[in-house]
Amino acid sequence: MRPGETETRPETAGAVRTIALRVDGTAHRLTVDSRRTLLDLLREQIGDYSAKKGCDHGQCGACTVLLDGRRVLSCLTLALSCDGTEVTTAAGLAKDGELHALQQSFVDHDGFQCGYCTPGQICSAAGLLTEFGDGAPSHVTKPVADTPQWTDEEISERMSGNLCRCGAYAGIVAAVREAGEQR
Amino acid sequence: MKPFAYGKPATTAEAVLAVAAEPSAMFLAGGTNLVDHLKLGVARPDRLVDVTGLMSTEIRDDEGGLVIGAGVRNSDLAADQRVREQYPVLAEALLSGASPQLRNMATVGGNPLQRTRCVYFQDVTTPCNKRSPGSGCSALGGYTRHHAILGASDQCVATHPSDMAVAMAMLDARVHVIGPSGERTLPFTDLHRLPGEHPERDTVLEHGELITDITLPATAWSRRSAYRKVRDRASYAFALVSVAVGLSISDGVIEEIRIAFGGVAHKPWRAERAEQVLRGARPSDESFRAAADAELADATALDGLDGGNAFKIPLAARTLTAVLRDLTAEERDR
Ligand SMILES: Cc1cc2nc3c(=O)[nH]c(=O)nc-3n(C[C@H](O)[C@H](O)[C@H](O)COP(=O)(O)OP(=O)(O)OC[C@H]3O[C@@H](n4cnc5c(N)ncnc54)[C@H](O)[C@@H]3O)c2cc1C
Ligand code: SF4
Ligand code: FES
Ligand code: FES
Repeated sequence: MRPGETETRPETAGAVRTIALRVDGTAHRLTVDSRRTLLDLLREQIGDYSAKKGCDHGQCGACTVLLDGRRVLSCLTLALSCDGTEVTTAAGLAKDGELHALQQSFVDHDGFQCGYCTPGQICSAAGLLTEFGDGAPSHVTKPVADTPQWTDEEISERMSGNLCRCGAYAGIVAAVREAGEQR
Repeated sequence: MKPFAYGKPATTAEAVLAVAAEPSAMFLAGGTNLVDHLKLGVARPDRLVDVTGLMSTEIRDDEGGLVIGAGVRNSDLAADQRVREQYPVLAEALLSGASPQLRNMATVGGNPLQRTRCVYFQDVTTPCNKRSPGSGCSALGGYTRHHAILGASDQCVATHPSDMAVAMAMLDARVHVIGPSGERTLPFTDLHRLPGEHPERDTVLEHGELITDITLPATAWSRRSAYRKVRDRASYAFALVSVAVGLSISDGVIEEIRIAFGGVAHKPWRAERAEQVLRGARPSDESFRAAADAELADATALDGLDGGNAFKIPLAARTLTAVLRDLTAEERDR
């Protein structure tokens, strides 16, 4: 199945079902409880600890992953609804042992202290670069019909779904700015 | 989280039947509100019917207006060039809500049906008439900063949290629904209810009714429109007060005008009294103030442990005036 396609299938009576998905390029077939979130599936069933659990209620962004290329919160995504999808975590952005430009610029610009929010920040920044590249506006794009400009104000607003308890925001904005300019 | 069955039907008809057949079954769209409520124990369905694969994700032109599928993600709706040019208020409202990740998940069908963010509603250890009818309202005498100043009852003083819905109510949007007894269309302003004696019912939808599309009319006043949201931090926070306005001006007077408030009532609050004052009036600070006064004449503040919410009445008036000033900067009497 290709990303974006959904297989419809008849209901199973029980609360458990088998799904197939790809995580950071690896295919998985897993038997999943209907209550399982994608975040818990990654961490507890697949053993991929890149995405972090902060609030578990959609309020912090630590669990951000790319689902079929778009940034989403894995703590509010039910695993069963991810059947046939492609999931990318911050760890999966590295290719052939080479850091992704965003990973490298987070290191270069002190974009973290404790690092707990970092995988979510990096996935969110990857989503941001795609959205910005597509010309999508943000709350600070004025007027809203105009093409957004690459400014710190735009970067901050677009990263506002990711909270950092250490307050590494200045480094994060600088890191995203540089990675965006390299593109 | 209580165990539940999960299904992903192939057609809307099957989805409607599946929910209608079971009193506690629910539709699942983006999940950004429902999955949270499953975790909190606020929602306890026996079955989830996932409609994300089958709702339309199309935004289509129709008689100069737009038909928006219920499966369209909030981020995609806000990015649509037709929406940005013809209905800037809607793009601005969407972009002021939640975070980019949440907007990538949230759908046009699910957003207006998200439930109140009243903290007592979300905390199952406290009494709440909306969650469990007859148990009482913990907000009365509690924290009321985020609660209603208009249209509340002694049963419930919660506000509706959606930003998109405020723009939709202002835009004279229409909601298309398919349910166990067929299809119907209703004005968006009729979708939500005031609490009255039944705060547990947020909307007029029957169990099993599924929103399929929302239609926006083609109008001149929607092009000159704006959304302004006042909140406790610059981003990623719900509105204390928000205002959506669209207007047209002819020969120096306001020809058509639509106004709606968010954060002040149990539903998006269409400000028809204020509209009436301004229709045919010259745009001026005096007429703006008169409009705000007319609309807020019945507003009632709540006491509260946090100092209550009396501040919202002048805040709503000033926010309305500020949006009107922005939208009429060229023609305004000074
Ligand atoms: C931290 C946080 C901050 C937020 N901030 C804001 C904000 O500032 N402004 C704002 O407006 N929102 C905000 N939101 C709320 C978010 O916008 C809503 O949760 C979202 O829009 C709901 O859409 P959904 O598709 O995820 O719905 P779901 O969570 O899937 O469903 C919500 C409800 O709608 C029902 N439903 C879904 N689709 C349909 C349909 N087509 N027909 C009938 N019933 C349906 C479901 O059964 C459920 O009862 C925030 C959320 C979080 C977690
Ligand atoms: S205001 Fe409404 S939702 Fe909040 S506690 Fe009272 S009854 Fe419940
Ligand atoms: S863990 Fe998902 S947003 Fe906080
Ligand atoms: S680096 Fe510690 S939470 Fe962000």
